[in-house]
Amino acid sequence: MPLSSMQRLDSTFAALADPTRRAILARLAGGEATVNELAEPFAMSQPAISKHLKVLERAGLVSRRRDAQRRPCRLEARPLAEATGWLESYRRFWEASYQNLDALLEQIKFEEKEKKAHKKKGGTR
Amino acid sequence: MTARNRETLSIAAAGERDVLITRRFDAPRRLVYDAHTKPELLRRWLCPPGWRLAVCEIDLRVGGSYRYVWQSDDGTSMGSGGVYQEIVAPEKIVASEKFDDAWYPGEAVTTHTFEERGGWTLLSLRIRYESEAARDGVIRSPMASGVAAGYDQLEEMLATDAAANANVSAP
Repeated sequence: MPLSSMQRLDSTFAALADPTRRAILARLAGGEATVNELAEPFAMSQPAISKHLKVLERAGLVSRRRDAQRRPCRLEARPLAEATGWLESYRRFWEASYQNLDALLEQIKFEEKEKKAHKKKGGTR
Repeated sequence: MTARNRETLSIAAAGERDVLITRRFDAPRRLVYDAHTKPELLRRWLCPPGWRLAVCEIDLRVGGSYRYVWQSDDGTSMGSGGVYQEIVAPEKIVASEKFDDAWYPGEAVTTHTFEERGGWTLLSLRIRYESEAARDGVIRSPMASGVAAGYDQLEEMLATDAAANANVSAP
């Protein structure tokens, strides 16, 4: 992965680390909203919400467009998909690998048992 | 082979910077430890479907390094490596870990612990990330809580693979 997208992932993760920002993203997943509308469900001032929005914007998770007097925010799915794509493959990596290991261990146990049985038959004991 | 009881993989946040992965294996600790430290064994399991562990070099001593490179069927490769910091056979391995294209910032430290419990082995893999933000990115994403639909498919696929492998088992 090129450095630029690694840096983007860093900022995506940093942005996602905060519960308020995750709640903002969850709200935006339901559709565009203005800063006022976003501030409503939180016990937070508009400037505080704006600060969180700036972090999300920098991470490329949120974009804002001008619509007459309003500046609605919208969720940008791509960086999120990029980050979760890695996480998903990480979990999958371990699940799949450990299932391989289950099979391998079964096989080794079987081979060891065979060896023991063979020794017994050969009268080494 | 009879239907295998698939053990559940648990991934959870622990402390401030750690991710703790635990998994049980129906085998004595000695075998599970060997499978984690012998390249000829690691090559046979440490890869998801569609990938193979093309490079597996292990210098199993404190200060020794390891290097893994995976290659996918479509030609993509992914590498990781690090240095062993503590080795207590067959109980514990501590090593640094850095993926060539890490999706988390900095270097991580992994601790493998093998505990035997009545013929079973409980494997714990603790991964300590460089920062809380890096760790939280791993644990708290929507995906970390489960990709149910995708996994069902994956499980089915693996069950088929396992059945196929079982047929070409012991020589």
